[in-house]
Amino acid sequence: MTNSMKLQFESRSCNESFARTAVAAFAAQLDPTYEELSDIKTAVSEAVTNCIVHAYAERLDSVYITAQIKEGNTFLVKIRDRGCGIADIAKAMEPLYTTSPEGERAGLGFAVMQSLCDKVTVRSKPGQGTTVTLLKKFKAKQ
Amino acid sequence: MPVAIEYLDENLRAALSGEIDHHSAKELRAQIDDAITRAVPQKLVMDFSAVTFMDSSGIGLVMGRYKQVAVYGGTLSITGLGVQQRKVMRLAGLDKLCSFEETGEKTE
Repeated sequence: MTNSMKLQFESRSCNESFARTAVAAFAAQLDPTYEELSDIKTAVSEAVTNCIVHAYAERLDSVYITAQIKEGNTFLVKIRDRGCGIADIAKAMEPLYTTSPEGERAGLGFAVMQSLCDKVTVRSKPGQGTTVTLLKKFKAKQ
Repeated sequence: MPVAIEYLDENLRAALSGEIDHHSAKELRAQIDDAITRAVPQKLVMDFSAVTFMDSSGIGLVMGRYKQVAVYGGTLSITGLGVQQRKVMRLAGLDKLCSFEETGEKTE
């Protein structure tokens, strides 16, 4: 079965928990293992935190999420903002690279997303926003 | 309360609970640092047994506290990590900075 959903919420840090929980609740239709669900929750949390901390730099705007269940137990999540954008995507994705060390950001958001998902794609234009696409294949149930 | 602080001789135990993300980390950080400043512990133990979720904000929290105690030669020990939390911490190489105590293993 294929299915899809959309979410839009304000870039408040209290919505980080809301976003990952909502996406996980939708992903539950794929009957994932506890570990697979944790992977999705963590990856979404990283992406949404990036929108709030970096893209909108703590100002209020909207974060958009679409999630799709595709054929072959594939789960696709897009996290989009209309924030500052990323000039050098490769640099931003380097482990330990952060623009806000004073906030104790470890610079591992993308590294965590990449280790927990099968594929992570980033599209961004400075001044126009960023879309992070997470793809995860769930193990087929017997 | 997201963190319960316990003073044991030279040691300080911070038992974290609930979800650790960018939103909750600020408060956790403030509470633990306040306790470190008061106690100046030889060993800081961060107990994750009651933590139900953690993203890379948890890495920042652990690294930051490690730096706080390392300044005066204190050590940091992590206990009660779940599978997912250990995965995230290993990714950051935190197992090289502090000891992971396998006691209080969580069953998930």
